Amino acid sequence: MTAQARSRIPGAVPETPVSSGKLNVERIRADFPILKLNVAGRPLVYLDNAASSQMPQPVIDRLVRYQTEQHANIHRGVHYLSETATAAYEESRRKIQHFINAREDREVIFTSGTTEAVNLVMHGFGRKFLTAGDEVILTTLEHHSNIVPWQMLRDEKGIKIRVVPINDAGEFLIDEYEKLFNERTRFVGVMHVSNALGTVNPVKAMIAYAHARGVPVLVDGAQAAPHLKVDVQDLDCDFYAFSGHKLCGPTGIGILYGKAVQLERMQPFKGGGDMILSVSFEKTAYNAIPYKFEAGTPPIAAAIGLGAAVDYLLALGMDAIATHEHELLEYATAQVSGMPGVRIVGTARHKSAVLSFTIAGVHPHDVGTLLNQDGVAVRTGHHCAQPVMQRFSIPATSRASFAFYNTMGEVDALVAGIRNVQKVFG
Amino acid sequence: MADPKALYQEVILDHNRKPRNFGTLSQASHTAEGHNPLCGDHITLALELRGDAIEGIAFQGESCAICKASASMMTAMVKGKTRQTAETLIKEFRDMATGALDVGQGDHHLGRLTVFAGVRDLPTRVKCAILPWHTLHAAFNSVSSTSTEAGDDPMHAPIGDA
Repeated sequence: MTAQARSRIPGAVPETPVSSGKLNVERIRADFPILKLNVAGRPLVYLDNAASSQMPQPVIDRLVRYQTEQHANIHRGVHYLSETATAAYEESRRKIQHFINAREDREVIFTSGTTEAVNLVMHGFGRKFLTAGDEVILTTLEHHSNIVPWQMLRDEKGIKIRVVPINDAGEFLIDEYEKLFNERTRFVGVMHVSNALGTVNPVKAMIAYAHARGVPVLVDGAQAAPHLKVDVQDLDCDFYAFSGHKLCGPTGIGILYGKAVQLERMQPFKGGGDMILSVSFEKTAYNAIPYKFEAGTPPIAAAIGLGAAVDYLLALGMDAIATHEHELLEYATAQVSGMPGVRIVGTARHKSAVLSFTIAGVHPHDVGTLLNQDGVAVRTGHHCAQPVMQRFSIPATSRASFAFYNTMGEVDALVAGIRNVQKVFG
Repeated sequence: MADPKALYQEVILDHNRKPRNFGTLSQASHTAEGHNPLCGDHITLALELRGDAIEGIAFQGESCAICKASASMMTAMVKGKTRQTAETLIKEFRDMATGALDVGQGDHHLGRLTVFAGVRDLPTRVKCAILPWHTLHAAFNSVSSTSTEAGDDPMHAPIGDA
């Protein structure tokens, strides 16, 4: 009922979600039950997609179908349900393989999310191959999840962390990156798209430069996979990590892509069932990849749900998604940059759908609480990227982050909300 | 902001714009720093205690409007009072902010501080309002720095019972 009431011309909405490369956003929104919510008596304007995006009905339905008709433990039983669940789980792995264009399905490892994926690389690769004095290059833009694991390795092994600086626009300086390489450089960790600023980093060129010096590269793609076409073979990255719940999938599931040649020489991260071939108290033989890295019963429903989410995004088309989100960002940037007292933080030439901003004289947490009173959901805080905040000498920002189901009208609601904040604090 | 339950009432906005007792004390007997790492709120509180009497109190820092107004109103409220009175207010304020005390029902001494009652409906902002009180409690007990998180979390380590 609400969906119909909200649609501007009832009955005139075409059935297809995409036509001639353009998204039919009204049609798409009808797939997302949560977008019909009212918050504080206003229609929900959900602009916190970089933290977590919402789930469309086909993904919800897939979770329900799995739980009502297909659930059993995987890779174990010979009975019908176990075989059905195993087939669905492995089919989801292949869907994700195609989504990122991995060469083989065994290069796709289910993790609990991006954070666990990075930790897996730190434990599986870093702890095995890095020794005292070795250097890891990270960037100022990194999320804490791609900083802290390497600091743990530093404290354990005595490795050195070197950091690529960024300019005032929030872009990092490729020549500064190149200068950080030396004979002790062993690993590079870089974010594809900045969660705090939206900067799209030139990861392909960075990977090529590192590879020319024999250095493997991990790309944190948590903010890229939902918004642009990711081709791990074209990037030629050694590792690529992303999360399901930022991709319209469930929480508790994420992906580590790794080149088979890397994964095979790494040590396991967690020990337990499913990651072994044989166990005795004297000796254990590890399973082949990807199972070597999937100890214990995984979140099976979530993994299958992520496959359904990938299907949903691919049906819309990643290019159409990127085009629509770019239009939202351009429109929002134009609106907000014209507002006196509002400063956009992160003005890179290549940006994804993130608009971080500060309002003069108003703490971001007050901005967030007041916007919430208008039904507008934004993230406020340091975005788990305190080094970025330190770089701009601010404690926090407010961040609007867009998804393909957002509308220009919602950008207008954000702008009106910012005006109201300024009025209250005026 | 016609809604009387709304948090950003004029009194809070006024204390945010013109915080009372904002600065330092030349003769502080007790100081403490309070920090909320989740949102970056940071205040320094200075006390001049003579016996049990709060002769002087001042605060400084960077914080959101809720925290700054809470600190400002707290200092105005406890200045010239006794430590015991302040400890009672610390407990009552915390109970109000966490919903344990309904200011419309129970006995209390909060007076104008009841403008903060609305934070109990905003779990992420409760600690913004409590931080100054938590820091005052730390100062009374000669604890030089405190935080709203981990072992110092006022939600888990109740304040006001020292």
